[in-house]
Amino acid sequence: MSSPPVRAVARRLGTGLVVLWVAATAAYLALLAAPGDTVDNIVGDGADTPQIRAEIIADWGLDRPAVVQYLDYLGRLGGGDLGRSYLLQRPVTEVIGEQLAPTLTLAVAAAGLGVLLALLIAVATAGYRRPWLRRLSSGTELLLVSTPSFLIGLLLLSVLSFRFGFFPVSGDQGVVALVLPAVTLALPIAGLLAQVLRDGIDKALDEPFVLTARSRGVRERSVLVRHALRHAVLPAVSLAGWVFGIVIGGTVIVEQVFGRPGLGQVTLSAVTTRDMPVVLAVVTLSAAGYVVVNTTADLAYLLVDPRLRRS
Amino acid sequence: MGPLVTVEDLHVDFDTPTGQVAAVRGISFTVERGECVAVVGESGSGKSVTARTLVGLAGPGARVRAARLELAGEDVRTHRPRDWRRVRGRLAGLVLQDALVSLDPLRTVGAEVGEVLATHGIVGRRERAGRVAHLLDLVHLPEPQRRARQYPHQLSGGLRQRALIASAIAGEPALLIADEPTTALDVTVQAQILRLLAERRAAGVSLLLISHDLAVVAQVADRVLVMRDGRIVEDGPTGRLLRAPEHPYTRQLLAAVPSASSRGRRLAATATVVGARATLPARGEVRPDDLVLDARGLTRRYGEHTVVRDVSFSVARGETLGLVGESGSGKSTVARIVAGLLDPDAGTVTFEAMPWSAARERTRRPMRRRLQLISQDPLSSFDPRYTVGQVIGENLDPDVDRRDRRDHVVDLLRRVGLGPDLLDRHPRRLSGGQRQRVAIARAIAPRPSLIICDEPVSALDVSVQAQVLDLLAELRAADGTALLFISHDLGVVHHLSDRVLVMHDGTVVEQGPVGDVFTYPRHDYTRSLLDALPTLVAAGRPQEERP
Amino acid sequence: MTVTLGTPLTDAPAGILVDPTEPAVRRRARPGPGLLAAGAYLVLLVVAMAWPAALAPGDPLAADPLAVLRPPGAGHWFGTDHLGRDVLTRVVHGAGHSLTIGVAATAIAVTGGVLLGLLAGLTHRVADEALSRTFDALSAFPMLLLALLFIAIAGPGTASLIVAIGIATLPHHARVVRGQTLVVRRSGFVEQAVTFGQSRPRLVLRHVLPNVVGPVPVLAVIGLGEAILAAAGLSFLGMGPQPPSPEWGAMLSEGRNYLQVAWWISIVPGLAVTATVVSLTVVGRHWQARFDGRRR
Repeated sequence: MSSPPVRAVARRLGTGLVVLWVAATAAYLALLAAPGDTVDNIVGDGADTPQIRAEIIADWGLDRPAVVQYLDYLGRLGGGDLGRSYLLQRPVTEVIGEQLAPTLTLAVAAAGLGVLLALLIAVATAGYRRPWLRRLSSGTELLLVSTPSFLIGLLLLSVLSFRFGFFPVSGDQGVVALVLPAVTLALPIAGLLAQVLRDGIDKALDEPFVLTARSRGVRERSVLVRHALRHAVLPAVSLAGWVFGIVIGGTVIVEQVFGRPGLGQVTLSAVTTRDMPVVLAVVTLSAAGYVVVNTTADLAYLLVDPRLRRS
Repeated sequence: MGPLVTVEDLHVDFDTPTGQVAAVRGISFTVERGECVAVVGESGSGKSVTARTLVGLAGPGARVRAARLELAGEDVRTHRPRDWRRVRGRLAGLVLQDALVSLDPLRTVGAEVGEVLATHGIVGRRERAGRVAHLLDLVHLPEPQRRARQYPHQLSGGLRQRALIASAIAGEPALLIADEPTTALDVTVQAQILRLLAERRAAGVSLLLISHDLAVVAQVADRVLVMRDGRIVEDGPTGRLLRAPEHPYTRQLLAAVPSASSRGRRLAATATVVGARATLPARGEVRPDDLVLDARGLTRRYGEHTVVRDVSFSVARGETLGLVGESGSGKSTVARIVAGLLDPDAGTVTFEAMPWSAARERTRRPMRRRLQLISQDPLSSFDPRYTVGQVIGENLDPDVDRRDRRDHVVDLLRRVGLGPDLLDRHPRRLSGGQRQRVAIARAIAPRPSLIICDEPVSALDVSVQAQVLDLLAELRAADGTALLFISHDLGVVHHLSDRVLVMHDGTVVEQGPVGDVFTYPRHDYTRSLLDALPTLVAAGRPQEERP
Repeated sequence: MTVTLGTPLTDAPAGILVDPTEPAVRRRARPGPGLLAAGAYLVLLVVAMAWPAALAPGDPLAADPLAVLRPPGAGHWFGTDHLGRDVLTRVVHGAGHSLTIGVAATAIAVTGGVLLGLLAGLTHRVADEALSRTFDALSAFPMLLLALLFIAIAGPGTASLIVAIGIATLPHHARVVRGQTLVVRRSGFVEQAVTFGQSRPRLVLRHVLPNVVGPVPVLAVIGLGEAILAAAGLSFLGMGPQPPSPEWGAMLSEGRNYLQVAWWISIVPGLAVTATVVSLTVVGRHWQARFDGRRR
């Protein structure tokens, strides 16, 4: 009973680590590929003399062989050191740490809301009842998935904030200011997850075990929730990584639309000023987040589906 | 008290995008209390729909009409969903084909059985585990407490099917409807499940048994209804129906069942003879010293598991060697090794006196046309983009002139009994029987000396199976092709083979002339296979046509 | 990360009979009004790309200080912006910019994805493992951030946007193609073709490639929708074509500041993006359904 699941878990954790390592390496290569000398980037618009250059090279250890620099980078990364910002001359961990909370709040709220909405929509519209409701909801889902999140945000803003003044136009003061950004991000997620869940439920409802359950006199709602929904959750769980990517990418845009502080703002200004350590840190961190989320989802898969527990 | 089930003039139609389709067209029957009634028919006969209609689960888009439709004296025609829920599980239990998919794979066996108890409030929450164990014990599931905590995929096919039956009888229904309950099972397991069903019946439960297999229902049924195209063509007591069938279709069905006594004769009805067997064309002599294929000491492992262990056999020119075994016996692995698709870990295959398994692919390639393979699922062996003509044409001799290829393909189609109109059709638009004929046409195209047939008829209805077996026999007689015929069905093997090889757990337990092995089995396993085999003999065979 | 979707857990047991009368609900795609509308819109887009003057004869950059922030109405169907430029004209002329970015990025992603996916699916196990892990690792970067990383290196602009989106969506295509290649390679008909004595290159050319590459155009259409969405998002952030170029995302970004007084400046180009993506998805799905039907 114990050994195959342990092996399955270990394998998934191992895969996660490998992906993480490849991702970190890819990010490092991207830095090397950046045009212009690293020293140029650090010097920026500041004073530029051969002496200062020599100091920078010594400071940042740029005179060591590439392999050593790479290993050093990996070592520091493993130790949680993301380097120093060229522009702000502060550790990147500090810069990011300050802005992490509002972004995470938004991301978690949006993901939670999206999943909740998707579940409600899918359960309400699955099966062969009420075809008009199905058509309506699948049309809405298509629309939500196909609409850029900034457009959703702008529409919500112009109607709910400008027209009716229900919500503040910008800022991060309290829960009320969180509502529109979270809804904006949640809607496309809800749209896609609802489609996947409903497809899954419909497919499960065609399976023989559902016929068996019905033949026991189980009510339709119990068939849906106790049998079909669990099967539908499986493909949805594997989208966890995708949801994470959408949410993290989405926060950059949504923070811009609603003028919220957060990682998105940091990232954008780092991209425009070519502050590579900050850009790389954000990208590497989000890849790490993706790997964690995806590995967790894989493990959750093992929990939901006993068939996968044999190695 | 009247009968438990009364059906009068039942019609079931389905609304489909292309219009209404009639699945059941006016059938009437009854099931008495304590009786076992079997419904027998081929695909599309409406037998499953009939069974499901009795519990109000004919399916989405179904329209049910009947003059009478009564369960335990209760008119169920006007039942609403709530009324049906009271019937299901409590008055009638349903057992479906394969418990791997008919039990929820994400829930434990105990949860599935317990669901009936919870739904109908049969026992309180605290006593439920005990009752589940009791039910699992009732269907002879060893270690019921432990099994209740396991998932369906952790049980073997037979044990799963028992658990499924336990869940169907948990609500102590008076009627048990079993829809192909043994179809996915090996013969030995099938025999156990049939015994279990008979046991429930002895305990007072009425049984409605749905099957495509006359031999299976002959073991347990009191009465048999034969269905075809949504109608009951014949019904009667089992013995009488098997001994003296009245309807031509019943006779045809019985004649189509291959067995020892059908050797050398046609299974399918011909234009002149219906319901009895015409003689097959005579074959050339088999010379036992002229070997087409010689396999010595074949062994194959997957990880730590040895699936084939020291298997040796040979096939003489023009000979048909049957290879029987249950699932997991390693017979398909042997087929793949012989076909040169899998390398053995030990042992050698010699084909046409040339090294085969030991040869490099480059040297083997020109020889491959002499050895062909027909698989159980022809559709998956066709490139999905290809038409029938392309499928067959691909295996023509590359030297055949471009202009003549079409004629060659048409000629091959004719040989397998298909018309040239199929040339440009896509195989997925064909019936199962037609597809298998296309696969056969493709296999005989290069005039091979040996054809490996891996379960070629096991997905087919019995009358279609009869036609395909007749075709193979005809082609074998005409071309002198040797066959390695792999099947789980002893009747089919007995009908077609000269010699037989019995495999069990990866080893050959017995081999010899088919008559000897099946009449005087020496190995215990062969004996248990033959004992478990449901036959029509007990109830009396149909009369053979004497030449 | 290994996606464990749809792993076949068991082989179908022998001898299962399927009753064809068994009422499985078949959802069949047939051309309805939605598909026709989507098709018509896409045709219109192609016209707007090739010959924008046919739909909107005006100059997308012509400012008119006398007609600033006009609401939609006669003369200006979709109103004017803060410089008095006609929004409809700009949207029509912007189609070329936005779609070119999407099409070019998708072309990069699909071409690269197909080549790398095929390579991974056809080579030796070790090479496949290395390539697959690389695809996995690249998929771990959220698409928008990966694109931003590229832009940080190469600087903003149309070309950067194209390459950035192309690279960011490539791993997805590569994974799909690799999976499909493995499925086809292990399928019954390829194995059967081995028994005909066909050589390996011939097998790959005749059976594997056509069956893998066949569905690629469908993938591309659906991928195009995603690329256009991504392009609009990045332009909105100011990473794409710079003003006064009438690119849809850039227009949206410009119009944001006037949202309170002139919603149409932002909303109209936004709706153009939505309509494009919806139409592509509708057409793509219909095509896919037909494709699946043909393969079944």
